[in-house]
Amino acid sequence: MTINLKIAFLPLNDAAVLVAARERGFAEEEGIALDLVRTTSWATLRDRLVFGQVHAAQMLAPLAVAVTLGLSQQPAALAAPYKLGVNGNMLVMASDFAKALEPDVAARLSDPLGTAHDFAAAIGLWRRKPVIGVVHRFSSHALMLRYWLASAGVDPDRDVVLRVLPPSLTVEAMRAGEIDGFIAGEPWGSAAVDAGLAETVAIGERIWRRGVEKILAFRETWLEEHPDIVDRLLRAMARAAAWCDDRENHAVLAQLLADPRHVDQPADLIQRALDGQIVARAGEAPVANPDFMLFGREATPFPWRSQALWIYSQLVRWKMVDHDPATAQAAARVFRPDIFRRALANSDVPMPGASMKVEGAVDMPLAVGSRRGELTLGPDRFFDGRTFDPEQIEAYLAGFAPGR
Amino acid sequence: MRIVIIDDSGLRATVLEEGLRDAGYDDIHIVPPRGAFVARLERMAPDVVLMDLGSPSRDTLEEMLTVSRALAKPIAMFVDQSDDSMIGAAIDAGVSAYVVDGLRKERVKPVLELAVRRFNAFSRMQAELDEARTALQDRKIIDRAKSILMNQRGLSEQDAYALLRSSAMNQGRKIVDVAQALITASDLLGGGL
Repeated sequence: MTINLKIAFLPLNDAAVLVAARERGFAEEEGIALDLVRTTSWATLRDRLVFGQVHAAQMLAPLAVAVTLGLSQQPAALAAPYKLGVNGNMLVMASDFAKALEPDVAARLSDPLGTAHDFAAAIGLWRRKPVIGVVHRFSSHALMLRYWLASAGVDPDRDVVLRVLPPSLTVEAMRAGEIDGFIAGEPWGSAAVDAGLAETVAIGERIWRRGVEKILAFRETWLEEHPDIVDRLLRAMARAAAWCDDRENHAVLAQLLADPRHVDQPADLIQRALDGQIVARAGEAPVANPDFMLFGREATPFPWRSQALWIYSQLVRWKMVDHDPATAQAAARVFRPDIFRRALANSDVPMPGASMKVEGAVDMPLAVGSRRGELTLGPDRFFDGRTFDPEQIEAYLAGFAPGR
Repeated sequence: MRIVIIDDSGLRATVLEEGLRDAGYDDIHIVPPRGAFVARLERMAPDVVLMDLGSPSRDTLEEMLTVSRALAKPIAMFVDQSDDSMIGAAIDAGVSAYVVDGLRKERVKPVLELAVRRFNAFSRMQAELDEARTALQDRKIIDRAKSILMNQRGLSEQDAYALLRSSAMNQGRKIVDVAQALITASDLLGGGL
């Protein structure tokens, strides 16, 4: 019997796995008819999920944690058994602002620490506090931007203005001069670069390699009540993700995403991020970043509880929530490796043996213990070399200078 | 009760405003979600903010509601949160509302229910308008096809229409599709009008 599932998404490259699952038949193979509900704001995506108008949603990982902790309107216990991808964001700034930074864009992007310091200096030269667009206060982008700015002594709540706007409005806001730059998922940064409005200043993948991004979120009660449907959907996702990772499929995937029902942006713009070929300044040759965004390999979709806790640590750091062991536990519980394991137990997806790891500790591709198959973890370093031990949240937070 | 409607579509906002005024609310303001709308809204200190659920500016508005010190923290509301069918109706209609904390639910409920009805009425108007436009377009196409038949085959207007109609029936297609095909063919053959 075919099951109809409604899943809400935003027009972004990292809707790729959902789009491929429907358009390439992976969902159908599992007896699922996917109805993808295009949404233009995270608030509406959240409301549709929380109030049961959709079964699942492509959600910002920090937003799922925030909704569960009651920090974003109607509280609801959300559950994320599957990550739809890692990384894929970039920070772009107005070309005038970027003049104060390293002019060689390849060098600029490969040295996020140096660029953060240049950025700090550039703030002083700018005619006002730079206004930087972020897609949501509870977005991976905003947390990475804050982390990156703070490393160079910039207080993201005092030295810059963070303005919330949805990805699809970023380019127009740049054109109107309402913002001086923004950090968003692709293809929106590339669209601003192509329009000659901005240059790439940093990419998420160089701030936190394999950094957590969008997750597939469910209401926890619904997830618990429908184990069979959830398992089928996750199996479809895993096969779609493997297809999306394959470079040979990127041109087709870019075409699918370019469709007006999905991202509604030019396919060549979309494909750059899929291929990791980032044009940082209009008209220049692309800078290669092969790991710019990943969907399936290296157990990318596995929801490490330590990553939910890293998000929590940042919410505490920026005073969005008070630290409390019970709150930390509630945050960690949003990520559901147990469901991932159950759903993909008999697939060929490599399965990590642990549910937590020290984040930021892998420098080089590393073969690790896996319940099945070969599992190689990719480098997961933070650009400043810090590591996050989920058992030592207080010590980790104490390591950041006060007020940062 | 001060009500602010954030809306880009002048028509929908007007439809909603009229409804509210008819129901006796008179402190109503319409703000398009552009430029510094957030600062404007803050100065107005509304009790209720109504917004299209499909508006991409909802995240911007919510962020303002979160950080604003000038406003009592408004909360998102879908009419009656305890009633799933009402939430569904509001979401289907595309209404989202932010209500200042502490405002009594009984006072807000009629405003939100009215907003749902008015948003639905607007959608129907929009659909009817689209339909009327399509009908007009169809009639123009059929008229052109008829005149081609009248000219080329010497038929009366009535017979030309009857021919289009019977062709459509035989082929299981719509008359307008047959008419369009005829126009295209006629253009290709250089006999277009």
